[in-house]
Amino acid sequence: MEFFKYKHSLDFMGKSKIAMTISIVLILASYAILAIKGLNYGIDFAGGTIVQIKYDTKAPIKEMREQLKGNKLFDNASITEFGSPDEVVIRMKTTTKNVTQDIGDVTREALKNTGNFEIRRVDIVGPKVGNELKEKGLMALFLSVAAILVYVAFRFEWRFAIASIVALIHDVSIAMGAVALFNIDVNLDVLAAILTLLGYSLNDTIIVFDRIREGIVKSKNVNLAEIINESVTRTLARTTLTSLTTFFVVFTLFMFGGEIIHAFAFTLLVGIIVGTYSSIFVASPILMLFGFDVKKYHIKLAEKAKHEAEKERMRAQFESGVM
Amino acid sequence: MRLNYRIVIFALAIVFGVVFSVPSLLQMQDGKKITLGLDLQGGLHMLLGVKTDEALKSRIKSIAASIKHFADRNDILIDGLTFDENSVRFEVLDSDEIKSFNEFSSKIDGAKIVTNGSVISILFTPQEIEKIKKLAITQAIETIRNRLDQFGLSEPIVARQGEEKILVELAGIKTPEEEQRARELISRAAKLELMAVDEDRNARVYNMSDTDAALYGDVILSDAKNPKIKYLVHEIPILDGSMLTNANVGFDQNNRPVINFKLNAEGAEMFGDFTGKNVGKRLAIVLDEKVFSAPNINERIGGGAGQISGNYTVLEAKDLAIALRSGALLAPIYLMEKRSVGPSLGADSIKASMVALIGGFILVIVFMIIYYRMAGVIANIALVANLFILLAVMSLFGATLTLPGMAGIVLTVGMAVDANVIITERIRELIHEGKSMHKAIEDGYANAMRAILDANITTLIASIVLYVYGTGAIKGFAITMSIGILASMLTAILGTHGIYQMLESKMNKSKNYRFWFGIKG
Repeated sequence: MEFFKYKHSLDFMGKSKIAMTISIVLILASYAILAIKGLNYGIDFAGGTIVQIKYDTKAPIKEMREQLKGNKLFDNASITEFGSPDEVVIRMKTTTKNVTQDIGDVTREALKNTGNFEIRRVDIVGPKVGNELKEKGLMALFLSVAAILVYVAFRFEWRFAIASIVALIHDVSIAMGAVALFNIDVNLDVLAAILTLLGYSLNDTIIVFDRIREGIVKSKNVNLAEIINESVTRTLARTTLTSLTTFFVVFTLFMFGGEIIHAFAFTLLVGIIVGTYSSIFVASPILMLFGFDVKKYHIKLAEKAKHEAEKERMRAQFESGVM
Repeated sequence: MRLNYRIVIFALAIVFGVVFSVPSLLQMQDGKKITLGLDLQGGLHMLLGVKTDEALKSRIKSIAASIKHFADRNDILIDGLTFDENSVRFEVLDSDEIKSFNEFSSKIDGAKIVTNGSVISILFTPQEIEKIKKLAITQAIETIRNRLDQFGLSEPIVARQGEEKILVELAGIKTPEEEQRARELISRAAKLELMAVDEDRNARVYNMSDTDAALYGDVILSDAKNPKIKYLVHEIPILDGSMLTNANVGFDQNNRPVINFKLNAEGAEMFGDFTGKNVGKRLAIVLDEKVFSAPNINERIGGGAGQISGNYTVLEAKDLAIALRSGALLAPIYLMEKRSVGPSLGADSIKASMVALIGGFILVIVFMIIYYRMAGVIANIALVANLFILLAVMSLFGATLTLPGMAGIVLTVGMAVDANVIITERIRELIHEGKSMHKAIEDGYANAMRAILDANITTLIASIVLYVYGTGAIKGFAITMSIGILASMLTAILGTHGIYQMLESKMNKSKNYRFWFGIKG
């Protein structure tokens, strides 16, 4: 089977204006959502308490609210369904410092008249730990972007590095916009998904860039747009296939992986789609935008080769001289 | 068929993968295994903080107690023995005795002694205060570890995290009651104090406020069984639990559980001296600020043995004895983070992620075969080998598999075939260009190599950063991702290349591009 058999280059660069418009609209929409709705920080970062309860039958949310009303510990608590009608989580902004008095036990006692249930999870994150996790999370995000930037600049050229980072920002922004739009709790797992997305989206971009680099070095053609078109077309099969296999597994994770993994899978799912799109339509036009000059690069390469050859010759001379 | 070094290494890697992943897969008793994280097997994860200021306070209090004992023993009259957050003060009435007091005080570690006329102040230097606070944390870790070791769960983890946090992880907690017991055992101060009842004023205790009591150097404590009963006791204890050498569960004449404790030589002496001098008065046995009993002193009690009777069950008595034996917490602890997962939720998570893993795996495998035919089969062999190696390496390191870690494995399944997709696409391209089978394969691998390396290294960078800055379960994700990427370099690049080289003569003869690579030649 063959989806994309290479016959001639497809004109991706000719469509770059449309692609850029779509991207800018998506990014602006994401920032608007982030600004208006804001991210819904979960307890990992905001601190708070979560109690997950599973009933034998459909959870009597109304009755639960009734029972918890008036109890100071549950002020401003929200009760929502979690994955299935039998299961609910109670979310609270407050935390307790007391080791022996447990909110799980308190909840069990308070809800004892609402039916048969089991408390399956109690998470408490104090404000101090929440802040620390937030700091560490941001640090991780920043560091990985920086490390990747350095690596790409070292392996390719600085314009490639900038272009790939722009593509990354594009992907992460839209993924975060989707996370905000769908009210997903931002916890450590979403951060992990974002970091994975960084690696993944870059992976895609690099494969394309590697082809462009190869095209620049090998071909006599100095028209960057044409080289990009050919490279993107030639890697199109790979880009789609790997995205497809990754999409398969993330999709099964999203569908069957359970409620706890949902946020992670969702973020990645959006990320993979956007990341695939960006490595085809976004990363390369930016390379053009930064004015990458193939001719100059050829000259630089030639000089580098000459320099190497010179060094080689000197070494040979030196060695034979010594002998 | 021809053997080559690549296929040999690949075969060895598979053998390694299978051999070392078997103990984990079959849940065998022996051998190194992957441990399941708390989120998968259920358990309790806590981050605890230590109120280090309290440690300082109790140190000061214990110094005050020993000064009082020194004065009583040597018949030196002192007055106005008081203490605050970081110092003890008293006045020596007989100025000739100041010297002997200074000698005694100088033996106290890290204390600074200031004599102002007949008033002596003992205070701690900032360095000493820092030391006491640090010690409180270290001691809390030791104490909690000791207690949990005796609790009966397998392999409790108690470790310092950062400067001043204590990580406690308990796997295999089954019921809320068990969790409650564990939390009580961990957090119990277990501060045993033997205190003298202020018999002169005790009759008025119900009309006194805490500030009134403080005027006489007393505190009001309530009874453990009946909080309505109050006692007025001297704030400075006769001695405290630091002089305890052993504590065991015993039974009193009514066959109710009690705790028998034993004091060390110094404690026994202090206890003997006090009881000898205070016959007819009462002695309060105080545990964590509650009076458990206040028996009359009938005679001098030597030998340093005592008993705490209370209204507890055998299990409670047992936990209390454990807490007393492993020593008091110098400072109270408080909860900073808690994550507890019930075993049924853990089992559900395992089930759900296994379904996702198997489902994703089948989808990828089938897709690869349909799209690439034989090349897809070869890529799939590499994928299976990759999973075995991943499990084997995790087993060897005794790594912990968390729910995000499972997600990492699922993701590895999707991403590990990437290298083979890149390679096979290259080979297809070269075949379309009319290259021979041999040339297409060799050049395909050569051309694809650089891209695969660059792409994998960037993903690896992200995973490593995630490992360093991630916490808890997220670290598990970073580990599985990293090992998966590294293993895929071995299996997808080296392994599949070896298979192609082995099959090459066959491939050259058949020239069936559709069969081998899923394309028309």
